[in-house]
Amino acid sequence: MNPETHMADDRDDVPDNLVEVRGVHFTIGRRVIYESVDLDIARGRITAIMGPSGTGKTTLLRLISGQWRPASGKVYFDGRHVANLSQNELFDQRKRMGMLFQSGALLTDLSVFDNVAFPLREHTKLPERLIRDIVLMKLEAVGLRGARALYPAQLSGGMARRVALARAIALDPEMIMYDEPFAGQDPISMGVLLRLIRRLNDVLGLTSIVVSHDVKETLGIADYVYVISDGTVIDHGTPQQIRDSRSKWVQQFIHAEADGPVPFHYQASEPYANDLLEVNR
Amino acid sequence: MTTLQRGFNTATSWLADMGRSALFLLRILMSLPSLVLKPRLLIEQIYSVGVLSLVIVVVAGIFVGMVLALSGYRLLVGFGATEALGTSVALVVVRELGPVVTGLLFAGRAGSALAAEIGLMKATDQLSGMEMMAVDPIKRIVAPRFLAGVIALPLLTSIFCVMAIGAGGGYFVGVDMLGVDAGSYWSGIQSNVDFGQDIVNIFLKSGVFGAIITWVAVYQGYHAPPTSEGVSRATTNTVVLASLAILGANLMLTAVLFGSN
Repeated sequence: MNPETHMADDRDDVPDNLVEVRGVHFTIGRRVIYESVDLDIARGRITAIMGPSGTGKTTLLRLISGQWRPASGKVYFDGRHVANLSQNELFDQRKRMGMLFQSGALLTDLSVFDNVAFPLREHTKLPERLIRDIVLMKLEAVGLRGARALYPAQLSGGMARRVALARAIALDPEMIMYDEPFAGQDPISMGVLLRLIRRLNDVLGLTSIVVSHDVKETLGIADYVYVISDGTVIDHGTPQQIRDSRSKWVQQFIHAEADGPVPFHYQASEPYANDLLEVNR
Repeated sequence: MTTLQRGFNTATSWLADMGRSALFLLRILMSLPSLVLKPRLLIEQIYSVGVLSLVIVVVAGIFVGMVLALSGYRLLVGFGATEALGTSVALVVVRELGPVVTGLLFAGRAGSALAAEIGLMKATDQLSGMEMMAVDPIKRIVAPRFLAGVIALPLLTSIFCVMAIGAGGGYFVGVDMLGVDAGSYWSGIQSNVDFGQDIVNIFLKSGVFGAIITWVAVYQGYHAPPTSEGVSRATTNTVVLASLAILGANLMLTAVLFGSN
């Protein structure tokens, strides 16, 4: 990477937004995921990215973290153009962000304790005694100090996500990205996760990105919401503004209506009657 | 799409895959020095791919040695040359069967396990999770497994050869059962198996086979589609491709190492 290009792409000022996405275009094979998407993730806030399944919400997290690169457009993290970073710079940047995967992504051959200790052992030279204290503090924060000897296979889905959350905050990141944190959770686990996300964001002064299609829960904790579909941002605003949106698409989405701008029926090549008659011929 | 186009697409796709796998190997080789700081990762993997493959290698070695001694005896007794039994068993095992059979067993036992393990780690986002924790999966997961294979296979091959030639295999059938003289069995081996020519070449061959098998396995696992079918296909591909690659590489190595004799 040419240093001059690097400086030209990076921002000189300290932006109010920790993440800025500008004109991002992204495709997988021939399928267009994003067409010129712009959005901002404000510091210290919980920003929700909402939209139906398969719309590319998780892709956005991978673009922000630099795991994938956009075909065109720019993603800035703290003023730095993510796609231009070298691998070492990218890894340094990732130490400032945590990610909670939908599956938890816990290392199955390590215990709960060792999973949370993993990033500390990899990136710090702290003595084992201090690592133990930090791990216990993080596990206590998610209510699972007592489960430290268990292995991922022995955890429920909700517990696995809480362990993954403890691991995500092990290095005290500035930002956490939550990928579908509420999917498949029972009401108790859902409530625990909602409170944890809000509390961690406020107490630790984090910036949070919550990717979800669970409308009620997400609108309940988010400070700002982007609604994405068909590769573009359909609407954005505070949760109340989203609830009051005039967009028929947004209204269909937040009220879970079966039919509307997003049709109930997948487009068929033949009319229904013709299809039935075809069989009878 | 015409047959010609399909053939062209298949060829370009195959070439692209070869290029990707070569770059992947380069990344692995560049990551190997980092293991100096974390020898525990390597030792764990040597245990996993090496020690846990011991049983199948020992049992196979014993049976292969027994069969070689049996069939070799029947051949040699017709010429009155049964004192050459030790030499014939030893040379066949050391030069060819040892590295190849151990390599094939290793591909089936350890190669398939490596591909499935890494493929499942990918399918369950464990590799992505590591990347997000700023940990390079190539350094942390792939490189230790690759090096462990390169170290473990020559050791397993040596054990296979000892089992095939020694007291449990060829010696048991030849000397204890068929009555070949123990002194001529061992002295034939001692005078005809050359340390520089045969023993060093065992390690060379099996080291190359170890690299091929683990390279194929980690590449297939790392690039497997994150589905159950994808992992299954990666496991199958590993065994098939690694086995064929071993047989091909064995021909080339034998031609280079023993071709002038």
